[in-house]
Amino acid sequence: MGNGVGSEWIRLIVGLVVVLAFSQLNALFLVWLERKVAGHIQLRPGPKEVGPFGLLQTIVDGIKLVGKELITPRPADRKLFMVAPVLVFMPVLVGFLVLPFGPDMIIRDMNIGVLLVFAFSTFGVLAILAGGWASNNKYALLGAVRSVAQNIAYEIPLLLSVMSVVLMVNSMTFSQIVNSQQSIWFIFLQPVAGLIYLICATAETNRAPFDIPEAESELVAGFHTEYTGMRFGLFFLAEYTNMFIVSAVATSLFFGGWQGPFGFSLGIPGVVWFLVKTYVLIFVIMWVRWTFPRIRFDQLMNFSWKVMIPLSLANLLVTAVVIKLI
Amino acid sequence: MAEKFQEPVVDQIYTLNLGPQHPSTHGVLRVLLDLDGEFIVKADPVIGYGHRGHEKMGENRTYKQFMPNSSRMDYLSGMIYNHGYVLAVEKMAGIQVPERAQHIRVICSELNRISSHLLWFGTYVMDLGGFTPFLYAFDDRERILDILDRVSGSRLTYSYCRFGGVSRDVDVEFIEMTRAFVKRLRSRWSDYHNLVTKNIIFIHRTRDVGVITKEQASQYGVSGPNLRACGIGYDVRKAEPYENYDQFDFEIPIGEKGDALDRYKVRLEEMEQSCRIIEQALDKLPKGPVMAEKVPANVKPPKGDLYFAFESARGLTGYYLVSDGATTPYRLHIRVPSFGNLHVLVEVLKGTLMADAISILGSVDVVIPEIDR
Repeated sequence: MGNGVGSEWIRLIVGLVVVLAFSQLNALFLVWLERKVAGHIQLRPGPKEVGPFGLLQTIVDGIKLVGKELITPRPADRKLFMVAPVLVFMPVLVGFLVLPFGPDMIIRDMNIGVLLVFAFSTFGVLAILAGGWASNNKYALLGAVRSVAQNIAYEIPLLLSVMSVVLMVNSMTFSQIVNSQQSIWFIFLQPVAGLIYLICATAETNRAPFDIPEAESELVAGFHTEYTGMRFGLFFLAEYTNMFIVSAVATSLFFGGWQGPFGFSLGIPGVVWFLVKTYVLIFVIMWVRWTFPRIRFDQLMNFSWKVMIPLSLANLLVTAVVIKLI
Repeated sequence: MAEKFQEPVVDQIYTLNLGPQHPSTHGVLRVLLDLDGEFIVKADPVIGYGHRGHEKMGENRTYKQFMPNSSRMDYLSGMIYNHGYVLAVEKMAGIQVPERAQHIRVICSELNRISSHLLWFGTYVMDLGGFTPFLYAFDDRERILDILDRVSGSRLTYSYCRFGGVSRDVDVEFIEMTRAFVKRLRSRWSDYHNLVTKNIIFIHRTRDVGVITKEQASQYGVSGPNLRACGIGYDVRKAEPYENYDQFDFEIPIGEKGDALDRYKVRLEEMEQSCRIIEQALDKLPKGPVMAEKVPANVKPPKGDLYFAFESARGLTGYYLVSDGATTPYRLHIRVPSFGNLHVLVEVLKGTLMADAISILGSVDVVIPEIDR
């Protein structure tokens, strides 16, 4: 959209600032939302003391986290230990660059947009592995190793389910994918892929019932057992930002992005549609977390390799055949 | 170098120190796990972190003075332990208890059993990663604590029973509250079943996990719901009825396989049976005094010894008292169910996954201070 190199740079810088501000605020809001949702599911009110409806609670908690001492365990690999929390937050920020918030609200509408989001979200695992390894703690290492195995197992069906959408649109550009859902959302044309995506996305973001890497009842706190203060805070914020990204991608791939249902936008701006759908999906992910117990690690792997991957492969095959026939 | 990579990886067994400050070991249990990857090769429970010397204390205190200690060993079934201790001393000293007091004791003990099982239900599902049922169960448990608080003045360490009766009579409101609670708990079963029992993840995490065979159970002295889940229907309340348990109509639920799911089901069914006992006791509750007349201030049982067994929420519990005719016991020994229930795990945990270890540990419902006492 830029008509020169200069405006392109300005656009990028403004975009980055907006992304940074938005991702932080959004993470704080999501933490609050999670606690509110959990509270109401569990017959208690959730945070309500600080600010209206307890909205400022997470900010206060964040300040508390910043004030905490940063402890590095003596046997830890110091450099890697310090880099890991930064490393975990970087890739989630990149994901924001290609998210289609509205028809004119994409920072960079790249032709490899879909690929970029998933390529970078995989980086997060590297940071988790680094953190778990550098802590030099058995629980942290177990958590990290599980996280890698889980992410590899769920990345495959996730990408395969996304591929069936990409096949239908014949493009990896987010704006084209959203535009082709004008009349009907892809969740109705690709229900299986949509379901697989949602399940795998939950696993990708290490959310319950797939929160094995940080299974607190077994592994104390998993990979971030040894992290204190804002280093822990970064892992925490990254998890919530990640949740936003997978929900946003799901919204654009399966739920029509900025489009209203069946082409009726009802005069509501696209960005509102987009955010509403994303937050509804996030709510569903939270709802699941507070309702289900945790799956065991081997069951989780079996579920991926024996159910999800064959199913997504079959779905891709059927999609390809149908597209060829039509 | 290249050749080295071709060599098969030698199995490396490492030790993981689970506890004593681990979030899921329920108190101060420490288990040394030898792990091969995530599989357990050897599990070695280390006990004794909560040792307070209750048995030795018993030798230096009069029978009455030991009363508060009795509810501090198994803090989750304090009322039942207290009840059992009082029964043992009464039997030794030949003290008769009025019928009303007997009924009240049974009601309170059964309420205590339900509260203990509810707490187990909540923490067990939390061990499996489900946080919400925990708060549901605690919400219900809170009502029991309110009821018991009303009669005994305490929420956890009751010391409500006295030699020859109970410390205070119950009033109409106690009866109403208890009836309301039983009604409420019954209406909650469907919530519990929908949230947990029918949950596919829960079933997969508990079915065929941590099977205790009948042989292992009798070898290690497993008792309580864990034993009944193996298919052995032994319950002291039925086998050797104490107090007036023989007057009530209730069943002993038993399992089939002895896995974690069976233990779960047995405990849930036991709560329902306890509700039945409470209802019958409330219906029959006779009028009259709640304390026997002429109970000496300092009980002096005749010379001799006595073993008295009763059923706590965790299983067969026993007091062994030796008296030399003085006001303090010569020896006071307590048989606790958690000891056998914990040590059978040395066999059961072998070859299971680390994730299952937590599930199995939770499913047998051990209270560590009771073992250490």
